[in-house]
Amino acid sequence: MIKIKINGQDQAWDGDPDLPLLWLLRDEIGLTGTKFGCGQALCGACTVIVDKQAVRACVTSVSDVADREVTTIEGLDPTGDHPVQKAWRQVNVPQCGYCQSGQIMQAVALLTENPKPTHDQIREAMAGNICRCGCYQRIENAVHLASTGV
Amino acid sequence: MNIVTNPQKLRGFEKQIKVEKISRRGILKGLGVAGGLVLAAPLMSRQAFAAYQTGASKMPHGVVVNPRVFVAIAPDGIVTIIGHRAELGTGVRTSLPLIVAEEMEADWTRVKVKQAYGDEAKFGNQDTDGSRSTRHYLIPMRQIGAAARVMLESAAARRWGVPVTEVRAQNHEVVHASSGRRLGFGELAEDAAKQSVPSIDALKLKDAKNFRYLGKGEVSIVDLRDITVGTAHYGIDTRLPGMKYAVIARPPVTGGKLVSFDAADALKVSGVEKVLEVKGWPWPSKFQPLGGVAVIARNTGAAIKGRDALKVVWEDGANASYDSVAYRKQLEEAARKPGLVVRTEGDVNAALKGAYKVVVGEYYMPHLAHVSMEPPVAVADVKGDKVEVWAPVQSPGGTREDVAKTLGIPEDNVTVNVTLLGGGFGRKSKCDFVIEAVLLSKAIGAPVKVQWTREDDVQHDFLHTVSVEHIEAGLDKSGKVIAWRHRSVAPSIASTFAANVVHQAPFELGMGLIDVPFEVANLQCENPEAAAHTRIGWFRSVSNIPRAFAVQSMVGELAHATNRDQKEMLLDLIGSPRIVKLDSVKDPWNYGEPYGSYPIDTARLLRVVEVVADKGKWGRSVPKGHGLGIAAHRSFVSYIATIVEVSVDDKGKLTVHQVDTAIDCGTYVNPERIQSQIEGAAIMGLSLAKYGEVTFKNGKVEQGNFDTFPVIRMDESPIVTHVHIVPPDSDAPPSGVGEPGVPPFAPALTNAIFAATGKRIRALPIGKQLET
Repeated sequence: MIKIKINGQDQAWDGDPDLPLLWLLRDEIGLTGTKFGCGQALCGACTVIVDKQAVRACVTSVSDVADREVTTIEGLDPTGDHPVQKAWRQVNVPQCGYCQSGQIMQAVALLTENPKPTHDQIREAMAGNICRCGCYQRIENAVHLASTGV
Repeated sequence: MNIVTNPQKLRGFEKQIKVEKISRRGILKGLGVAGGLVLAAPLMSRQAFAAYQTGASKMPHGVVVNPRVFVAIAPDGIVTIIGHRAELGTGVRTSLPLIVAEEMEADWTRVKVKQAYGDEAKFGNQDTDGSRSTRHYLIPMRQIGAAARVMLESAAARRWGVPVTEVRAQNHEVVHASSGRRLGFGELAEDAAKQSVPSIDALKLKDAKNFRYLGKGEVSIVDLRDITVGTAHYGIDTRLPGMKYAVIARPPVTGGKLVSFDAADALKVSGVEKVLEVKGWPWPSKFQPLGGVAVIARNTGAAIKGRDALKVVWEDGANASYDSVAYRKQLEEAARKPGLVVRTEGDVNAALKGAYKVVVGEYYMPHLAHVSMEPPVAVADVKGDKVEVWAPVQSPGGTREDVAKTLGIPEDNVTVNVTLLGGGFGRKSKCDFVIEAVLLSKAIGAPVKVQWTREDDVQHDFLHTVSVEHIEAGLDKSGKVIAWRHRSVAPSIASTFAANVVHQAPFELGMGLIDVPFEVANLQCENPEAAAHTRIGWFRSVSNIPRAFAVQSMVGELAHATNRDQKEMLLDLIGSPRIVKLDSVKDPWNYGEPYGSYPIDTARLLRVVEVVADKGKWGRSVPKGHGLGIAAHRSFVSYIATIVEVSVDDKGKLTVHQVDTAIDCGTYVNPERIQSQIEGAAIMGLSLAKYGEVTFKNGKVEQGNFDTFPVIRMDESPIVTHVHIVPPDSDAPPSGVGEPGVPPFAPALTNAIFAATGKRIRALPIGKQLET
């Protein structure tokens, strides 16, 4: 039995310990905000935060996060008004929106580590998250806006 | 209302003011009541366009203009408006209902958008493709809103016993100015529903100068908040009680078949419950499934692991020899010989023979995969002869039809619920993945979600075609182009529907080949033969991508050959302001639009070139190693021009410093979403130019995921993209936005690379060609 704290709640899993965390979150628990995009840690759509670090849930097995704290987009802020979420709305970032929860979680991790990133630092730190619609300019702007205070 | 506090620090937003719509979460409670605008008494009105004609009525099931179908008003005043097109990121789920709200004087903060299920008899055509939604539905949505407004006004006038001419709807209420009386939409809902629907032809539409929302770009997409908090519902997010998860192993060669499989190891995987065959259709298989072996499990991860453990024997079939290297040679050979003439003016052979100089350019573009961030996915629940589907489909009506046909049941027995699409780009116009879920649900007697992995998506896509474009241009002594021959050779999308197709269809020839807007006396377009060996489909902008790449590269080559400025060369080739005549073309496809409303108007093309040159400061001096390139292209009946500034360092590293795009899309609804579409088009254009390539060897796709089919990431995206929306002539009908931004990007980029380095890119992707 593996125990994990997810968005502040205790969860237990007694199935395959190698199951990627992504599918535990989405299919077993029903936290569908975390998305599937590649299954190989290539696109960042499944980004969650584990102990303040951005982690790709598609290649992180459930046993890797045993007894640790996982935060998904649903648990980021009780009212959905984290400064990064607000900045995203203010700049009208999304087109289809599918990759955005992963982008937001990556941005939160970036700002935790570097609260005032330059544009170049933003571009580098967010390069692991693909947006096929091509919202990069707005993502960059939103991260900048969040870092300077909405 | 929030306004960006420091817009000057935000790239590409210098003059933008962004406004956020307030949350309507709280006031939406209690909706879904039956006491609203009565939806009984079905009425269907065919479109009667006052201002201009579009091809909307010729689409399957045409247009429905009926407020009883599209609008409901609850007693609490909440107005529910149906969004009948699919939302794949263009903003249409917001824009079309916003048009209705504008015209009926509804306050947008008291509007709820409800997504239509697939039912084209009820809602009209729902194919969300071809950059058609706004251009086909601006007037119908205005008419629906105006009809609802008249019904509300009539109800109020009747209640007050005054002539209807004395009352006026305004900001969610009806006002009787002389007495100061007013009634809210909610108070009038029941009475309004009893009014007859006014004659569509007699409706008076609002004067554009009184618009509160249209053309302003101040309303955010309705799903914005849900997207940022993770509650937006995509196809992948559907979960039903008892639902099983399926992943399918499909034949690796298009047209291949299952011979046998061994499921023993797969069944040992924890969470795997069942392994079974999925029916496949013979090639060309249209939108039907490819067939294969499905692994059914309690979650997706287990299903994927189970599939990895399968042992399958396939028979590869006739396409097993498909090889991209050999096929390119075949296309090139075909392009160098005469082909089927599809447009001809003057005598191109004689003019080329007599030319002072002939410049030849041959351009190659490989297959592309769509790779929407949400791979194909669908949930189906089959109960007896009834089917319910939840899926991210661009064509819910077509999906319903195909599911019904596949199972041999009436369409009335099939419900297709349309979720948000995590990108589409044309891939999700084809419903093979939905039919797979339907077949599996029927087979196991439980709801099933079929999930495609990224590798499935790349390897079993309906790919963008592969093409060679061969252009010969003859110049006279003065440098004037007197002859233009363009041969375009590529397997056709029509090959996905019928065997032995070797020529491109009119709708492909009309995308940048026969519609070339150049004023050249001797001009000929030809289409040599090419056979398909895999599934070919629509990819955002379709044939316009290779055609614009070839034609606009040739403009750059001619500028170089005659020692002229690229922009001047381009303007000269476009020539005089005129309506292009296509008299020699047998079937001059014009994006399905009547030529009278949407002609090829070179004045508009010239204007976007001038606008982008002005705003993008064409001809500015740039640092050493940098270069500017320009390209212009009409597609989806819109006019676009793009300038790109690049630099290439001594190791061949490409940086895109600035992109400027001017778009004339006629009358528009939401400039903020136009901006986002064009920003995104630059990224997609850069992706396909720099990396986009799907290749075949022994009939099998050689790529699989974002490591082997890369797309542009943020650190290599343009540093800044500016979008310049050209104000429309007051009566210019709306035209496409979702697709037309893509085609001019690649040639503007490669023209810029030429300016920076002297290296001419004639084959995409650029890949390692700049490395020395």
